[in-house]
Amino acid sequence: MIRYIFKRLVYMIPTLFGMSLIAFLIIQLPPGDYLTSMIASMTQSGQNVDPRQIALLREIYGFDDPIHVQYWKWITGIVTRGDFGHSFEWNRPVSDLIWDRMGGTLTLSIASLLFVWAVSIPIGIYSAVRRHSISDHVFTFFGFLGLAIPNFILALTLMYVSYRFLGQSVGGLYSPEYVGAPMSWGKLLDFLAHLWIPVIVIGTAGTAKLIRILRANLTDELHKPYVVTARAKGLPEYKVVLKYPVRIALNPVVSAIGWVLPELVSGITITAIVLNLPTAGPLLLRALISQDMYLAGSFILLMGVLTLVGMLISDILLALLDPRIRFR
Amino acid sequence: MTAMHSTAQFHDEAGPAVTPLKPTGGREEIAVAGQWTLIWHKFARNKLAVFSAAIIVLLYLIAAFAEFLAPGDPSASRPQYTYAPPQPIGWFVESEDGERRFQPHVKGYTVEVDPASYRRTFVPDDEQIVPIGFFVEGTPYRLWGLFEMNTHLIGALDPTQPMYLLGTDRLGRDLLSRLIYGTRVSMSIGLVGVAMSLVLGIVLGSLSGYYGGWVDTSIQRLIEVVSAMPTIPLWLGLAAAIPLTWSPLQVYFIITLIVSLLGWTGLAREVRGRFFALKTEDFVTAARLDGSRERRLIFRHILPSLTSHILAVVTLAIPTMIIAETALSFLGIGLKPPVVSWGVLLQDAQNIRTVSSAPWLLAWPAGAVVIAVLSFNFFGDGLRDAADPYES
Repeated sequence: MIRYIFKRLVYMIPTLFGMSLIAFLIIQLPPGDYLTSMIASMTQSGQNVDPRQIALLREIYGFDDPIHVQYWKWITGIVTRGDFGHSFEWNRPVSDLIWDRMGGTLTLSIASLLFVWAVSIPIGIYSAVRRHSISDHVFTFFGFLGLAIPNFILALTLMYVSYRFLGQSVGGLYSPEYVGAPMSWGKLLDFLAHLWIPVIVIGTAGTAKLIRILRANLTDELHKPYVVTARAKGLPEYKVVLKYPVRIALNPVVSAIGWVLPELVSGITITAIVLNLPTAGPLLLRALISQDMYLAGSFILLMGVLTLVGMLISDILLALLDPRIRFR
Repeated sequence: MTAMHSTAQFHDEAGPAVTPLKPTGGREEIAVAGQWTLIWHKFARNKLAVFSAAIIVLLYLIAAFAEFLAPGDPSASRPQYTYAPPQPIGWFVESEDGERRFQPHVKGYTVEVDPASYRRTFVPDDEQIVPIGFFVEGTPYRLWGLFEMNTHLIGALDPTQPMYLLGTDRLGRDLLSRLIYGTRVSMSIGLVGVAMSLVLGIVLGSLSGYYGGWVDTSIQRLIEVVSAMPTIPLWLGLAAAIPLTWSPLQVYFIITLIVSLLGWTGLAREVRGRFFALKTEDFVTAARLDGSRERRLIFRHILPSLTSHILAVVTLAIPTMIIAETALSFLGIGLKPPVVSWGVLLQDAQNIRTVSSAPWLLAWPAGAVVIAVLSFNFFGDGLRDAADPYES
């Protein structure tokens, strides 16, 4: 097991390297750099720009270095000092800004992942056992619908519905009176009351996909001879289904974190922008629009890392669940 | 995972059915029918998939004849009709002597001012009748930039009268016309994007699956990196780098490129899995012993037997592209006005106040996206099932 985890960790290194390259590419992509656009806007608004200060800044951020030197400076800063660069728009180190927001993203991803599992596993089992029943068709129908509606449209629709018919204020994760307040039961309840819309919005597509996967796998499994034997032996039906077939059919559900998680993180980004949640999404969009590239690049890198860690966990879980993987 | 599954599943495939026999129809002909005929038979039995295919064809027809189908110019605004609600079509009018006469029409608007907020709202006025007709003359246009025309499928008989079947937006522009023009951009971006990722996916997937070894490892790593990155942040990052000075056409192409740059991984995986399964097949060995070179092996023998499958995967990739474009444009970072796409239309419905006072601005473009995506999904599922020789 330890060996397996170690091997898996080593495999992550090239992927991490690739991700950092992509994030760096995004930082470098916009024409010109932040300094140029800052100087332009400052001169436009009639402020004096001290050329010496500019030169100093250029030197600190190494804008004149060749590209690989810049990359090296950037990545060693992150790895050794946790220094993600400087946010020009906020005039603060990027690391001051990101961790809060990434925490929000992490909370929402975990909540949505739990939601996806909690909904898709029972429904998937039910649909496979009662194939072609009316409820199965209803679930399939909603599954297709859930796959077809883009996150942000669902978010807008739910916002409209709850505004129009429930009279609930939506958007944000807390009601205004709790925003700055310390943690308390009231705040927690308020948080949960706000959480359901984003969680449903983000989780729907993943839930629909997992239901389809689980249903297909379990159907295959249920037709195997050992299930017939178990039933013939007179085992109660719940045991016939839950004891072995479900355990086997759950494998792909666990390994699905690998592709569900990037989708969730990606969904959170756009949903958070629509619902104005305190996660990485809105800040990322703002940073991109104002070309505050170190901030934007750090977010993109960290979101990638988040999904990678999720995949690692899913692989470890899978290895725990299935000895064939552990001992390969 | 998928690749592994498909490998196992196709391990015992007996080779492609490339028999160029021409069936002449009839049930007993099935025994000698070619692969494509079999696929067609199977596909036609799936009513939902056939229906979806019809809707897709319809959407592309709308895209092709947008100028004719749209009642007006999508960017023509009338400030006196901002946020006008949709008008239903009535078919009969009653004259003073109580006689009913066939005359398609819509009701005009009267303005009501809310005494509290002083907001103007439009309500349909039963007294005002705007006669409408089919094949009426309206704003002149050039169909496909070639034919000078001014006939529109539907419109008010008097072009100065308001006819807004789906309502208007913030600037008093006709939503129906904008939706129809938007179909052109949104539906074509799916096709162009998928074509690009098809090329990338097939080339890299075939290389990976055929050569194996380090080529395979490095391409797999690349796929892993790209597919582990959450797509929307990455799209945002790439799209944000588009210079503001670029022309709408350039932006259109670069957005398609960005969308397809991340869309090819699934396809490449699929192709690789099939290649692994097929390259040990007897017909490939036979071709190799016959002295075929590798290029010929890949392009003449292996790829053709993947075609039907690739077609299905491609169809299932189109909706992702459509959603991607919509999402980017919605966030204001993709296509920008004056280009009209479904995403650009949804941009107008971004905040809850607009949506609650003018819900049609959300409902129609969102409905169009959902219908297009659903149709492609059902169509692609049907194709995939039909292309799978082991599913009965």
